[in-house]
Amino acid sequence: MSRYAVGIDLGTTNCALSYRDITESAHQSQRESTSLNIPQLTAAGTVEERLLLPSFLYLPKVEEFPEGTLALPWDDRAHFIVGEFARSHGVKVPARLVGSAKSWLSHSGVDRSGALLPWDAPPDVERVSPLEASARYLAHLLGAWNQKFVSKPKQGEGRLQVQDIILTVPASFDAAARELTIRAAQEAGLEQVTLLEEPQAALYAWLELVGESFRKQVQLGDVILVVDVGGGTTDLSLIAVTEQEGDLQLTRIAVGDHILLGGDNMDLTLAHHLNQRLIAAGKKLDAWQFAALTYGCRQAKELLFHDPKLAKAPISVASRGSALVGGTIKAELTRDDLTRILIDGFMPRIPATEMPQTTRRTGLTQLALPYAQDPGITRHLASFLTRQARALSAAHDAPVKVEGKSFVHPTAVLFNGGVFKAGVLKNRVMDVLNDWLAADGGAPVKELQGDDLDLAVAHGAAYYGWVRQGHGIRIRGGTARAYYVGVESPMPAVPGFAPPVKALCVAPFGMEEGTRADVPPQEFALVVGEPTVFRFFASSVRRDDHVGEMIDDPAGSDDFEEVAPIETTLPIQSGKEGTLVPVNLQAAMTEVGTLELRCLEKDGEGRWKLELNVRAE
Amino acid sequence: MLTILYKTSGSVLSPRRYPCYRFFMGQHIPFIERLKLAWRVLMDAEFASKIKEGAKPLSPERLHASGLMLLNALQREGRLIDFLQQDVTGFSDEEVGAAARVVHGGCRKVIEQFFEFEPAVKGDEGISMSVPAGFDPQRIRLTGNVTGQPPFKGTLKHHGWVATTVRVPAPSEALDPRVIAPAEVELL
Repeated sequence: MSRYAVGIDLGTTNCALSYRDITESAHQSQRESTSLNIPQLTAAGTVEERLLLPSFLYLPKVEEFPEGTLALPWDDRAHFIVGEFARSHGVKVPARLVGSAKSWLSHSGVDRSGALLPWDAPPDVERVSPLEASARYLAHLLGAWNQKFVSKPKQGEGRLQVQDIILTVPASFDAAARELTIRAAQEAGLEQVTLLEEPQAALYAWLELVGESFRKQVQLGDVILVVDVGGGTTDLSLIAVTEQEGDLQLTRIAVGDHILLGGDNMDLTLAHHLNQRLIAAGKKLDAWQFAALTYGCRQAKELLFHDPKLAKAPISVASRGSALVGGTIKAELTRDDLTRILIDGFMPRIPATEMPQTTRRTGLTQLALPYAQDPGITRHLASFLTRQARALSAAHDAPVKVEGKSFVHPTAVLFNGGVFKAGVLKNRVMDVLNDWLAADGGAPVKELQGDDLDLAVAHGAAYYGWVRQGHGIRIRGGTARAYYVGVESPMPAVPGFAPPVKALCVAPFGMEEGTRADVPPQEFALVVGEPTVFRFFASSVRRDDHVGEMIDDPAGSDDFEEVAPIETTLPIQSGKEGTLVPVNLQAAMTEVGTLELRCLEKDGEGRWKLELNVRAE
Repeated sequence: MLTILYKTSGSVLSPRRYPCYRFFMGQHIPFIERLKLAWRVLMDAEFASKIKEGAKPLSPERLHASGLMLLNALQREGRLIDFLQQDVTGFSDEEVGAAARVVHGGCRKVIEQFFEFEPAVKGDEGISMSVPAGFDPQRIRLTGNVTGQPPFKGTLKHHGWVATTVRVPAPSEALDPRVIAPAEVELL
């Protein structure tokens, strides 16, 4: 049996690992999860411990570093760099640096298992897939853990492989991205893995922190909005306080779209603004100096947020050459810059009716990462709450009442992500929400006080591992999406017109882990020995569709997003090559937290798993 | 695919071996031999004394590898050697100040990562205090009119510093400790 529940936050820009002894059943209302200090290279030949492992992978040229200087305590032949040194050195050699692997993992427009990163690398750089980059971060954590807990490698109960691992993913990750995350864990050698959505993990961290007093802080009917702005992504979730047989229960009722917008964008925006001024003054920065400017902006930003009396903060960008005095470039960040660029730029005061300025992307047409086009996080929030109000009002058993409201009214907000170390940004979100609520006849929201914004997700994941043993309170809700396969309508061929596609619901909204959906009555015919590909759609707003329901034109509807296609090939032994085998589709939510689709042979014994095809068309 | 990469990492590297650490160790002794040697030194006093006479002393850079590594980190993060090696006479205070911010910010980061400090004596500088008999001369230095018998009466001029935590990373044998910062050549 596992001794520890291990929470791993595999972040877009940083990874963290927390653990908690699950053999103990008592819960004192305090933080019991411990963060692992992660040894990593901070320079060639220098291994230091840090609480965060930057999610960066550097692929060095063979002769770039003296032999042996990339060694790790658990791998003296390491030939690539993960973590702090990868990030700092990669700034000087961007073509060999892999970053944001997690965003690529959820990008359906590319072959996510294909070796395509670094995206702009010259031909002689040995590339890796987003999947493999993620696997290497996890393998690093595994090495760090086993070095600390295992005296004899490959034996002993301390190994990470035998612990109960909770791996967090954005709530907005679709079925394919979740599947890929599990595969990355398997490639790293981790089999005993369960997925948990990051906003839920943040709420678990809060639950661990407040213990039993949570019953005083939230009441039946409360709706908790989790706003999680990480380095690279913004992730939104709504969790309702419901009741079952007199007991308070937490039910996750909705999750937001995948928004590639985070704290890194903020620092970068400040740096671009200051760089403009430097250029106007005739000073040119190279890539390394620009990175130093970005880092300086982050420091200056934190300083100004920390001390409201300061009007400006100085930034010095060192020269590349050894002449530091005289070569250092000075810049400064003023409070006005901060308010105008950051707060008004990323958290504008807007009415709840103002939506993000571009239409949602379909994914398949994009190649580079589909960054959010509208930086206004409050607009994305308005869009999320409004869409979900519409979805909930149409649902027959909505867990919260939305009648007469133009958007879902949260009663409490939990912030997560390093961005919110700045109290000013929290306050802005609260102000904007309260303006909306006042205009819509709602009561003001309150803030739930979390703790460590960098480590909460890992802590919460470890705590969830303990909750799974039957302690504390568990957040329910099942899948936050319904899934559909695309079915072509039979019609006579018309040149230049693709036949219209209908969506057949195979997995309804809210499927719990460990359950499976009834077989929809429609049958399909698969050709033995030939690959069959289905288009695949998801919806985060259609809460009432039943398995087997057919909906017209998903591709043209805002309710649906197309996810990776699914495919299968019936093995030859199931019939003669080229013959048609009638099958039904069945969907199951695995205990791990992934969606599995199967083909069941009609009137027969045959069963085949359908794979989500993560290679782009 | 992935597991293969991990296992055969050696073959991905160039077969050429870098001689640096053997060179600086003076003479390469395989690990097991070193272990045997250490055992004999521990157990056999006569053998140990023979070794002592014949052993080559560590080179200064190996003996002080840890100190050099600290310089390396202070240069990398805070450009300390650049700053100290430069003649600042001709520059304005403004220019020295701008550079000093780089040095201060970077070196502070290193110092915070490697050490934790606390004052040797707690209390505000300027207060009068009494130094008892049997005080720790490691932590307290008497100045001024040092006469008479304890307890001494005096004024706390400087509270001193003591490193309460030291976590300087172990220097890697693969690294030439003399290189404080490698030259950077940017390829076009």
